[in-house]
Amino acid sequence: MRLAALLLALVAVLFAGSLLSGPLPVSAGQALVALFGNDGTPLAVVMREIRLPRALLAVMIGASLGLSGAAMQGFLRNPLAEPGLIGVSGAAALGAVLALQTGLAASFALALPLSALGMAVVAVLLILMLAGPRGASITLILAGIAISALAGALTSLVLNLSPNPFAAADIVFWMMGSLADRSFTHVWLALPFMLVGWALLAGLGRGLDALTLGEDAAQAMGVRLPRLRLALILGTAASVGAATAVAGAIGFVGLVVPHLLRPFVGGRPSALLWASALGGAAMVLAADIAVREIFPTRDLKLGVLMALVGAPLFLHLIYKTRKELP
Amino acid sequence: MTLLSLSHMTVLRNGCPVVDDVTVNVTRGECIGLIGPNGSGKTTLLRAALGLLAARGDSSLATLPASERACAVAWMPQSREIAWPVSVQTVIALGRIPHLPRGARLRDADRAAVDAAIAHMELEAMRHRTATHLSGGEQARVLIARALAQETPLLLADEPIAGLDPAHQIATMQVFASLARGGRSVIVSLHDLALAARHCTRLLMLDRGRLVADGPPAQVLTPENVANVFGVSAFYRDTPQGVVFQPMELTG
Repeated sequence: MRLAALLLALVAVLFAGSLLSGPLPVSAGQALVALFGNDGTPLAVVMREIRLPRALLAVMIGASLGLSGAAMQGFLRNPLAEPGLIGVSGAAALGAVLALQTGLAASFALALPLSALGMAVVAVLLILMLAGPRGASITLILAGIAISALAGALTSLVLNLSPNPFAAADIVFWMMGSLADRSFTHVWLALPFMLVGWALLAGLGRGLDALTLGEDAAQAMGVRLPRLRLALILGTAASVGAATAVAGAIGFVGLVVPHLLRPFVGGRPSALLWASALGGAAMVLAADIAVREIFPTRDLKLGVLMALVGAPLFLHLIYKTRKELP
Repeated sequence: MTLLSLSHMTVLRNGCPVVDDVTVNVTRGECIGLIGPNGSGKTTLLRAALGLLAARGDSSLATLPASERACAVAWMPQSREIAWPVSVQTVIALGRIPHLPRGARLRDADRAAVDAAIAHMELEAMRHRTATHLSGGEQARVLIARALAQETPLLLADEPIAGLDPAHQIATMQVFASLARGGRSVIVSLHDLALAARHCTRLLMLDRGRLVADGPPAQVLTPENVANVFGVSAFYRDTPQGVVFQPMELTG
């Protein structure tokens, strides 16, 4: 409970920090008035149309990545699992790249995220078909790797054949992942998918706890594994697919956050679900503040910063795992 | 009252019967030892009885819905997996999952069941330690306690005492025997025929998937059965201190 209060407070503080962060310096009081006053001033527009959706998206995406990462690690009983493992984020990125390349992205505002979501759906159908209704977790991992590799190869092919260097640059920058220049349209597009995904993943706690003792013991305790796995795949695909569609690929959150918080919840997979959702939100908010504060004039990409912070943390994880082994 | 009835259970693997036409009835108050050489189908029979494995024939447990079955039988698999660094108490409390309404926290009855299981397996001293940091034998005792905490009328345990020290092997068998005296039943697969002979009320002897003997230890552990199935000769005597069974030599 203390951890929950602490994480909630952290998210609240970082959310406020995110609202106050940007090229236009404002005091907290001014920001508050502008946010709730809606007096039509330029500041009100900045706060309500630019900074609020950006902060909201950071929370939603961070929560999605943290929650699905915790669920994926719990299901596979492996601290190195992450939501990208089932190939949905790779496929969503491919969808976005196709939209950019074909010029579809310029035709209407939501063309890019919708195309990304469409490819995420294709990836889910593929993985359900490949992994089968009763398959073991190893088939899920292998199917995910295959789909990720295929999506990656097709993304490279699009870049390779791109006749237009500007489109290629657009694609590369989009793939780095960012929350800059997002609007409420993106919030409203992603939110329904994420809500469905969160609901599916939040219901997994009991089954994931039982899985601590292995698949056999969990099934004997009344856990229906095929159902749990379906909820995991659909929940991860909906929330992470939507996150990738609006913000591009943001790695390491789903991997690092559950790992960091596991000791604080006594290792219990069910408690780790909500803790990682809050922790993920805090991490993405913090990183999104950092990209605006470190290089205010350069457009530092969120995904780049996250990888820069995440990779050393990942190394630390490997180092610690190695030390704990006999 | 019947807790488990298996009729003509057969499990095929690549066309070969791993469990071959086994029919068994288990009533209340039995401590049953499931014995047989490596590969004789002990684990497969238990998993098929639970419905974790597709099988021909009927098992009264396999037809139950998953949630009802979890209140009728507890299962301790042979692979002793504890995936996350959780406390001993947390592992044992996992046994209460089938009894908890969705999303509920542990109630007083659940805590009492966990405490009783901890007392049975003498784990009070390590209650708050991290389960993954314990030795293999200690982890096995924690997992037995987890199965006990499920408080089901029937307990199936697959080689629960393998790797335990002699004192804890005897203590664990005594716990199973006392559960049986209290009206619950236990089926435990094991390789220690001496402990099986001393503590079980009934033995099931499997050989290449077939049930070759079923009855009290004295009727099952006959020199012919032991020689035919295990390929060893044995010393068997009913003494004032209880049954003494000791495998002696390999038979031709």
